[in-house]
Amino acid sequence: MKSSVITFPGSNCDRDMDVALNKFGFKNKMVWHDDNELPKSDLVVLPGGFSYGDYLRCGSMASKSKIMKSVINFAKSGGLVMGICNGFQILVETGLVPGVLLRNKYLEFICKNVFIKPANKKNLYFKNIDKNILEFHIAHNEGNYFCTNDQLKEIEDNNQIAIYYCNNKGQIEDKFNPNGSIKNIAGIFNKEKNVLGMMPHPERMIDQCLSGEDGSLFFKNLINNIKNAS
Amino acid sequence: MKVSAIITLKKDVLDPQGKVIHQTLDGMGFKDVNEVRQGKYFEIDVRENDPAKAKGVVEDMCKKLLANLVIENYKIIETQ
Repeated sequence: MKSSVITFPGSNCDRDMDVALNKFGFKNKMVWHDDNELPKSDLVVLPGGFSYGDYLRCGSMASKSKIMKSVINFAKSGGLVMGICNGFQILVETGLVPGVLLRNKYLEFICKNVFIKPANKKNLYFKNIDKNILEFHIAHNEGNYFCTNDQLKEIEDNNQIAIYYCNNKGQIEDKFNPNGSIKNIAGIFNKEKNVLGMMPHPERMIDQCLSGEDGSLFFKNLINNIKNAS
Repeated sequence: MKVSAIITLKKDVLDPQGKVIHQTLDGMGFKDVNEVRQGKYFEIDVRENDPAKAKGVVEDMCKKLLANLVIENYKIIETQ
């Protein structure tokens, strides 16, 4: 399975993502934002960081970069595109997934482990994952997911909520919402479920010594799902 | 020709920075404030002498980059 990680000026989780993807069997290539062509890929990842210094709005500049034309075409033709953290912010700015990410409700940069719960497993990202509650890491200033009421209705009608913030028992309540996101939303799909944007970082949870293994579960499962689907 | 655009958050969008500024003003003694909303201001020098055309170009910029229309409104305020 081949993957591509896009590096923008200011990306800083690109190499972590490269390590994670290679560790679980992807043949990963790093792709520069100024390139026009995407290498042949089964998965494209927009990594975390502070692309273009978060100027104007987080992700807004990166969403207009040269490579994004190819990424958007790839996504529109059904290719798997995953945006983590700043990658999620870039995805909302392209319009590939609905909504926006506002400044965290209490104006704090949040850096901690959180529990998340997949909303459903009828998609290639979470299908067959054998845990219902995962512990991932978040580190962001603008992760407060917001959308209009009409968008929220559409998102819910199409089962586009990917993951919720919850506690270690899977309870989805306001007190387990770190940043003020509507309905505790931590990740969103496009309608077709091939594009996933999420604030939590699975690539930071791939080593028991350093952090945890729930990211390992996620990546192992993801590559298996992609293999089985192709 | 210079064209100015103001980007403001839509009415229902939470503006925590505006809220904190409001609280700080209140603490400083400015007690007659109902609400503070923070926005962005752009001054763009366009190579175009026709005011209508220049405004049109900046409006296009607002729609495509300067504003995110899910949460923000834009207003083109003046040309000079």
